[in-house]
Amino acid sequence: MKRRPLHSVLLYTAVLFLAIFTLAPLVWLVLMSISTPTDLTTVPLNWIPSQIDLSRYAQLLNINDGSGARFLAALRNSMLTAGGATLIALIVAIPAAYAFTRRGAPMILLFVFLATIMMPPITYVLPLYQIFGSFGMLNNTVTLIIVYCALLLPFATWLMKANLDVLPIEIEHAAFMEGASTITTLRRVVLPLALPAIAATGMLSFLVAWDEFFYALIFTSDMSAKTLPVTIADFAAGRVTDYGVIAAVGVLATLPPAILAIAFQRFIVSGLVAGSVKG
Amino acid sequence: MSGIGKSNEKWILLAPAITVLLLITALPFVQTFGQSFTDAKITALDRPTLWIGLENYIYALSDPYFREAIGRTLYFTITSVGLEVIIGVGVALLLNQAFRGRTLMRALIILPWAVPTIVNALAWRLIYHPDYGALNSILLQTGLIDNYRSWLGDPKMAMNMVILADVWKNFPLIAYVALASLQTIPGDLLKAAAVEGARPWKRFRAITLPWIMGPLMVVLILRMIEAFRVFDIIYIMTRGGPSDSTKTASFYVYQEYFNYLRSGSGSSYAIIVAGISAVLILAYYVGTRQQNNGANA
Repeated sequence: MKRRPLHSVLLYTAVLFLAIFTLAPLVWLVLMSISTPTDLTTVPLNWIPSQIDLSRYAQLLNINDGSGARFLAALRNSMLTAGGATLIALIVAIPAAYAFTRRGAPMILLFVFLATIMMPPITYVLPLYQIFGSFGMLNNTVTLIIVYCALLLPFATWLMKANLDVLPIEIEHAAFMEGASTITTLRRVVLPLALPAIAATGMLSFLVAWDEFFYALIFTSDMSAKTLPVTIADFAAGRVTDYGVIAAVGVLATLPPAILAIAFQRFIVSGLVAGSVKG
Repeated sequence: MSGIGKSNEKWILLAPAITVLLLITALPFVQTFGQSFTDAKITALDRPTLWIGLENYIYALSDPYFREAIGRTLYFTITSVGLEVIIGVGVALLLNQAFRGRTLMRALIILPWAVPTIVNALAWRLIYHPDYGALNSILLQTGLIDNYRSWLGDPKMAMNMVILADVWKNFPLIAYVALASLQTIPGDLLKAAAVEGARPWKRFRAITLPWIMGPLMVVLILRMIEAFRVFDIIYIMTRGGPSDSTKTASFYVYQEYFNYLRSGSGSSYAIIVAGISAVLILAYYVGTRQQNNGANA
């Protein structure tokens, strides 16, 4: 069927609008981060920077600078927290997923798992704050890892289960016949086959933890444990007169998830779609 | 499916997961529930905590500020998710057409989703800046406004501006879900309808929309569950202001806990908010079950 010219014009106009709507806020954030403070405070704005100013990035990546030290510490804490929580969540989620897929654990239980993290965090935060406080564990990366592990676990279990469901059961039967224990079967037979699923689950979990703000805001109080989102909030709330610095922090914090999302787009989108629709 | 023998083994495999969730979610929930019947305060002083029965709940339900916060949260949830669905489905329909650069566009729209919530809030706060913001500049330069405005400083406007920022970040999820579902519509079905002379809008209403309705409803409820918890974007963009016009339920409870240090009454607010969430979560459960039964049939 030949397309009418009017149809094409409308189609490409719509595509252009979508591209602008999607990209404009991000392009502007990047532009702000490399514009001079003077360009940023001109009224109306100087859209194209009169000169490219990379000083904020140099500042933020310099450990000897005040802002740089805060940013780099937050980057380290976020990596440790999100990475640690993802790792532990996977170790706990994989056997659980296997119980749902192959050992007939009741599906309603998986839904209860999911329901626990769908509840607003304000339902849990105060007792957690009091309990961790009584153990002297506030402002501690380990505390955040424990809490995030619970946060990631239900979704990770669900996603792993959906992926284990479609693995052929015959090889597991064979392993069982040869007398392999469940743990051995899991480690030697199931895990190698499920590696792509584990990678996808791990990536999505990492992104969720990387994004988390509420618990981190309440549980951390200084550079030794504050994560990136909390540090960014500090930058934004502080009396920074140069908005370019705030923009640069935003750009740097967006880079890891944006790169992951673009590089593993298919992986992530199919995980997201499956994760939000099936249950 | 279920069995290569050893049926009790499932509980051993599940034990670590159940332990983590019991300690980090179930136990705190029970404690919040317990505190909601007391006059507990967050204080270093050694003061006795009294059991006061339903008093906190009676107060909470008659507290006009709390009721307004709930109303605002519902407004945020419904408007935000409603717009996401309209934009998301529109984008999905667009990305389901054949055009040059389609693959690139499909990849591109993951970017808003990938931007951390806090960065999104911050970027839009800068865009809305009353003195140096991009929005003011664009509207002035195109002649749509005569003077710079304080987008987040106006109680009538602030919530809608926050909603726009939230919609930008979250429309991709719905677009991807709708697109995945659109791609499963048999082409013959739409062609047959076109041959029979059905106009595009009629084809959309009669075939496309019913086809994608199931997954769409499920992701819509999921987004509502998330939107109802909204806190991060409010904290960064407005801190609940101006004059409480963006103070949502989660933010209200947060202040009750950590600004006013009233853990007892704060807990009762939290339990009420959890009750509303529970209704949505139940709807999600019913939705996914119908979804799966439908898919298997």
